[in-house]
Amino acid sequence: MSSTKSASHAEEGVSLKQRLIQQKTLIALVVMIIVVSLLNPNFFTTGNLLNILRQTAVNAIIAVGMTFVILTAGIDLSVGSVLALCGAIGASLIAAELPIVLAVGAALGSGILLGAASGVIISKGKVQAFIATLVSMTMVRGLTLVYTDGRPISTGFTDTADAFSYIGTGYLLGIPVPIWIMAVVFAAAWYVLKHTRLGRYVYALGGNEAATRLSGINVDRIKITVYAIAGFLSALAGLVVTSRLSSAQPTAGAGYELDAIAAVVLGGTSLMGGKGTIMGTLLGALIIGFLNNALNLLDVSSYYQMIAKALVILLAVLVDTKSK
Amino acid sequence: MDGAQGTLLTLEGIEKSFPGVKALDGVSLRVEAGRVMALVGENGAGKSTLMKVLTGIYKADAGSIVFLGKPGIFKGPRESQKAGISIIHQELNLLPELSIAENIFLGREPVGAFGRILWSELYEKADALLRKLGVNRPARTRVGELGIGEQQMVEIAKALSFESRVIIMDEPTDTLTDTETRALFAVIDELRHAGHGIVYISHRLKEIFEICDDVTVLRDGKFIGERRVTDIDEDTLIEMMVGRKLEEQYPRVHVGAGNVSLEVHDLVAPGLNGVSLAVREGEILGISGLMGAGRTELMKAIFCGYGIRSGGVAMFGEPLRISSPGEALQAGIAYISEDRKADGLILGLSVKENMTLSALKRISNAAGHIRTPDEHTAVDGFINAFNIRTPSREQSVGNLSGGNQQKVAIAKGLMSQPKVLILDEPTRGVDVGAKKEIYHLINQFKQEGMSIILVSSEMPEVLGMSDRILVMHQGRISGEFSAAEADQEKLMACAIGRTRKEAQA
Repeated sequence: MSSTKSASHAEEGVSLKQRLIQQKTLIALVVMIIVVSLLNPNFFTTGNLLNILRQTAVNAIIAVGMTFVILTAGIDLSVGSVLALCGAIGASLIAAELPIVLAVGAALGSGILLGAASGVIISKGKVQAFIATLVSMTMVRGLTLVYTDGRPISTGFTDTADAFSYIGTGYLLGIPVPIWIMAVVFAAAWYVLKHTRLGRYVYALGGNEAATRLSGINVDRIKITVYAIAGFLSALAGLVVTSRLSSAQPTAGAGYELDAIAAVVLGGTSLMGGKGTIMGTLLGALIIGFLNNALNLLDVSSYYQMIAKALVILLAVLVDTKSK
Repeated sequence: MDGAQGTLLTLEGIEKSFPGVKALDGVSLRVEAGRVMALVGENGAGKSTLMKVLTGIYKADAGSIVFLGKPGIFKGPRESQKAGISIIHQELNLLPELSIAENIFLGREPVGAFGRILWSELYEKADALLRKLGVNRPARTRVGELGIGEQQMVEIAKALSFESRVIIMDEPTDTLTDTETRALFAVIDELRHAGHGIVYISHRLKEIFEICDDVTVLRDGKFIGERRVTDIDEDTLIEMMVGRKLEEQYPRVHVGAGNVSLEVHDLVAPGLNGVSLAVREGEILGISGLMGAGRTELMKAIFCGYGIRSGGVAMFGEPLRISSPGEALQAGIAYISEDRKADGLILGLSVKENMTLSALKRISNAAGHIRTPDEHTAVDGFINAFNIRTPSREQSVGNLSGGNQQKVAIAKGLMSQPKVLILDEPTRGVDVGAKKEIYHLINQFKQEGMSIILVSSEMPEVLGMSDRILVMHQGRISGEFSAAEADQEKLMACAIGRTRKEAQA
């Protein structure tokens, strides 16, 4: 009665302000694009925009997996290492001229297994996600160095290798393939989070683990699943990187976990879990991508670029805390 | 501030509203030096809200507080404590790993140069306070080694160390043994003679007539009256508190009980020393007992299967092996937790998302796609049937009032279409109006043939609703009564460990 009234009244009263705050990431992105376009005419061109999207794709794909994990109040530091190992597995199988489907399948399967392993340590071993994935980050990086013997693995100069390079360098309907992959990944993630049981359980688990367990949900299985998803998407990103360079670098992906976490946080997802959207993550990843590109075009030295990036993230997080 | 006479603290015309609820509506309270003021009222009458206003946790919407002749507006418990108002909560705020002395002077340790703690002075001061209260323990003792009664004495010592003029005790005897209660009363008597003003919050009427001088009664957030204890009797007091007959508040329906649904045989688990019970279709089985008697442990053992060492659970004669809540729900048992904030609801999610969480399988296909129209139909059905006051099904549950949250929690349990519904403290933190609605719902489930286990610390609730009542004490069933033969005294006697025979004597 009275509670209903006051709540609906409040909704009307702040709706515009609320909307603006909700869309602040989008607004920030648009403002940035306008400002940089005015400063540098080369920025707002189809070629450059596609370039930015293609460069963003790898981080964005990883950030989708990170979003699932962070929504459950977890964290995955191992994504960069998983990217490297799965890229190396893919490269070596392509170099051995296995059918592409098999090579890609093996790389993606390895990603799922590596992620699930972290998930098992976290759920069954009751180890904090930060520690567990710190372990797997180090372990998988070590495995990568062992597997590659510390040297890049070239995919070779065979027809298979040529075909494989399509993933990272090809175009479909005039748009780079990595952008298509990114789009499909986001659409699928949006669907899962919005319209499936798994999505509901992910939000529930992040919101209140004890209540989720008492609601009859197999919490351990949800945890293993989200880390497996993160592993799968890291492997997919690894294939894009490997395909683009026609070789797998043993040090590939180092530090990528931080860019992915930054994209998720910029997108408004709470590190405490339970709150956030996949579209927010897309915007977060795009902001980071556009910022990198804009700073390059504006001739900012790479040293200052890092400082600028840090400040933008800090600003975004502060605005987020204030608006709560 | 000389002498032991005069008014120490006056609260007048205090008003406080929360979204949807007027928690306090013109409440007054007067504390005199050298007198004990009882503050009574049913759960939800506004006692704890009033104390939170007094100690500055909440800001009053209207009304005045005068403490020692000056306006007493405090920014928080620290400030009010410094000014001389101490509150001793039912759940004690002590650090078990620290000594008595460290607990008493936490944050106010006597220090020398370079912040070094003067241990000898600390222990001396603490020992002096303990002697005053007649506690035979050195101040170096770890608080974790003390019994509940002694821990309470430590809290009182802490209050004295602040030179508190007003000491508020919130349900102090709930967890005490008889001897400990005697000791507490002796101390209260001494504090009274020393000129302290005491507010004694309790629902145990006998104690009020024993230890208090005056009594203030609240009901539904309103000030009902202040009386001298010598001027009234127990019946008058109850009438002031309840304002209506018990039968009206607990609507009873009669249903012929059906087959036995849930059966528990000699269950042994952490906190449970061999519990057996059975409940029939269309029956409300009340479970009573004091805090820590094992009621919640029993329900969680049935529902989660954790830590069961021996004994078993059966449904309709079929033995069950439950090792997770999911299996219990599958078997037709739903459990509504006593603590909706901690493990009952997910406050950040919407009414809809909470309600269907346990039952998503029924409204989604094999691939996991949730059928939105089905979900909306189911959720809207419960919102209407339970009269849940929410702007929409998408509203965050955290924004609803306690009563409406509880209804969402019950709806969530019912979505799984249980045969047995376990309600653990279903009306805790729920206002009076919503309480009655919840009782009606419970009766409705009973009429539909559901078996209901009602766990509650509120004896009137158990007595008013149940067909049969079990009392627990130290992990065992210490008594079983039919609705007709049970009364508050018998239940209490069993709850503190007397056998049923002794209880009836």
